Amino acid sequence: MLTPDVVTATLAHASQVASQVASQVAGRIAAEAEPAGLLPAREQMALSLGWHIILACFGVAFPAMIFVMHLRGIRKDDPVALGLAQRWAKVSAVLFAIGAVSGTVLSFEMGVLWPGLMGTYGDVLGLPFAFEGLAFFLEAIFLGIYLYGWNRMPPKRHVLMVLPMAVTGIIGAYCVLAVNAWMNVPTGFRIVDGEVTDVEPWKVLFNGHAFLQFAHMWVGAYMLAGFSVAGVYAVGMLRGRRDAHHRLGFMVPFVFASVAAVTQPFVGHVLGFGLDERQPAKLAAFELAETTESPSPLRLGGVLVDGEVKGSIDIPYLGSLIAMNSPDKPVSGLDTIPEEDHPPVNMTHLAFQTMVGIGTLLAAVVAFFWVQRRRGRDLLEKRWFLRFAAVAGPLAVVALEAGWIATEVGRQPWIVYDVMRTTDAVGDYTASLWWLLGISTVVYTGMTVGAVVVLRSMARRWREGAVDLPSPYAPATATPGEGERR
Amino acid sequence: MSIEVAVAAALFVGVVAYAVLGGADFGSGFFDLTAGSSRRGAELRTLVDHSIGPVWEANHVWLIYVLVIWWTGFPESFAAAMSTLVLPLLLALLGIVLRGASFAFRKYAETLGQARLFGVVFAASSIITPFFLGTVAGAIVSGRVPMDGAGDRWSSWVNPTSLFGGLIAVGTCAFLAGTFLVADAERSGNHRLAGEIRVRALLVGLVTGALVFAALVPIEHDAPTLADGLEGRAAPLVVLAAIAGVATMYLLWRRRYAVARITAVLAVASVVSGWGVGQYPWLLVDEVTITDAAGATATLQGLLVAVGLAVLVVVPPLAYLFRLTQSEEWTRPDH
Repeated sequence: MLTPDVVTATLAHASQVASQVASQVAGRIAAEAEPAGLLPAREQMALSLGWHIILACFGVAFPAMIFVMHLRGIRKDDPVALGLAQRWAKVSAVLFAIGAVSGTVLSFEMGVLWPGLMGTYGDVLGLPFAFEGLAFFLEAIFLGIYLYGWNRMPPKRHVLMVLPMAVTGIIGAYCVLAVNAWMNVPTGFRIVDGEVTDVEPWKVLFNGHAFLQFAHMWVGAYMLAGFSVAGVYAVGMLRGRRDAHHRLGFMVPFVFASVAAVTQPFVGHVLGFGLDERQPAKLAAFELAETTESPSPLRLGGVLVDGEVKGSIDIPYLGSLIAMNSPDKPVSGLDTIPEEDHPPVNMTHLAFQTMVGIGTLLAAVVAFFWVQRRRGRDLLEKRWFLRFAAVAGPLAVVALEAGWIATEVGRQPWIVYDVMRTTDAVGDYTASLWWLLGISTVVYTGMTVGAVVVLRSMARRWREGAVDLPSPYAPATATPGEGERR
Repeated sequence: MSIEVAVAAALFVGVVAYAVLGGADFGSGFFDLTAGSSRRGAELRTLVDHSIGPVWEANHVWLIYVLVIWWTGFPESFAAAMSTLVLPLLLALLGIVLRGASFAFRKYAETLGQARLFGVVFAASSIITPFFLGTVAGAIVSGRVPMDGAGDRWSSWVNPTSLFGGLIAVGTCAFLAGTFLVADAERSGNHRLAGEIRVRALLVGLVTGALVFAALVPIEHDAPTLADGLEGRAAPLVVLAAIAGVATMYLLWRRRYAVARITAVLAVASVVSGWGVGQYPWLLVDEVTITDAAGATATLQGLLVAVGLAVLVVVPPLAYLFRLTQSEEWTRPDH
């Protein structure tokens, strides 16, 4: 019999079931109906940030190398060192210019591509950017002073003008990494009834995770810039140019790169502590742990196909040892994490292993170089070593990009970990972002080609003995003297 | 002054600084583009390179300063403006990228052909950038950027106020650059070049002045809130801008280049300030006020700390850089 109680209970039950179904359906729709702009926005960010990050490394690390070289030139009255410092300064002018504009692109893209993030969390994450802007301001000012100060300033004062660039590069890098660390380990706010409140911006600037992320990136920047610059001179030596210019040009950046390369594995390892608690999904993807295994093996290579690990070389125990600092503590598998919270596993895993693999190789080879040198053997006489040194720069670039992909892709589907999904941050643009990506690809390709052409032609003219590059603005013969003036 | 207004003022100081300092750099592109054939224009192009080379990157940072304070201090309005004005902003950004890169490339280009290619890209992008940034300002002052960010992607910036805003931005940049370049040419002893620039700067000044006055008519109908502000609170600044503009023309005419730089800066700074004061208290005109748009108070305080620090650590070296570039040693050709 239908009593009112039964009716009420049945209706309540029915509505409960209906709402469950509805929320499941809604969840599935949300998961499937990815905003049309999401993929192009991601690709756009990947292109512009991936491009900028290389120049940012030069911005962070190159001034310190120029400073050492310039100081040596003044202290030892060494014209070779002074000449190198002056050339590097001109190279850094080109790199800094395109680094500055590609950095500007990013500050526009923060708003254009991710209005959901900036509208909601702009006041939470913004303060580090303000200090980064400050650091960049000083860097740009002192770059102007330093570049145009050659022969226009007392030498002792002039060399000091490059120091603020070295320092502000470091501060700027810290600030940017503070924002990224906040995206990985959000802090400094609360969410009450869907509203962001209790904002503590200083906590974001000085968040506990920022320093380690920064250290890893900072050391990486020295590796990238150091190996790249040294590689240029290694190529010269391979071609038979074995003068003091090439030896010194190789050695200074190579020392920077060496110290960074042997430090980096430790910094990276320390950075990894606690990842199992911070971002278990990222760790599982790094380690390609589909299921929890005790102890976990270290998986070299391999891909996840339909939930099965294929083609990996497993080294028992090592996964637990490296990731968990314990002989048997397991790495939690992806099966413990809801499907919708999985990052793109294969890309994360392979990027991570690429970074670690190249980093280990670079550390081992530089260590070998210095050990041999202590024993009185100079590997600079060996062609195989010079060849390796020539490709070490590109390898360091690949390692840095891979590391960045590992940490960024590994954080997905979250833009702010556990707080905001990337799908909620993206703007409601649709296919038009593909246009933007196409145009950007053309522009960035053009900039890359332009930079390579100009830097190569500078190097060629220097090699041919030109000290001052002539003005490019007029036909050389038309206005005698005028062309040579600059 | 409330903390929200203090942060907005700090932001607007950045807008003024970018308009004046960055504007002079962008305006150089106009003179570069119109310098004539590579033979005829070589001197002027060399002058442009020399006068903005050491400072353009520092001047460019004002834009980043403005963006960062905007998104940190007033996050939702930033997201709204970025969504609605995505087209002109991206076009301005394209200009910024091409200009910076090609300026650096041109200086070290190997052949005349390369230098010409990079030079044309530099000069053309120096003109499109202020134009599109001007249309963005026009969109905001005419109340076309709604808080939900769903403003029309085209008509928000293709309208009388925006188009005049773009043209005025290009004109003021070129006018400023003209006064700086003419003074630089004179100081380096090249009187013939100075004379050439002088004539063009005067022409640019006339056209820009006419544009500013012509713009008042459409602004009256198209952007009534701004028009009220300009006729009311901002009227003294408008008058000051007019006087300083006329004075600059007179000083250029009389070849008093060093002083003309000061009045030119004053004219542009007061035009831009007039806009800011005119649209107060709105952040996005007719949509949201500065106070309502502001983010967390703790963040605003942090921003003011950053701004205070900037005054302490950025201004002295910046002043040093500017003083160096105006000194005798730096007028020497470099190598």
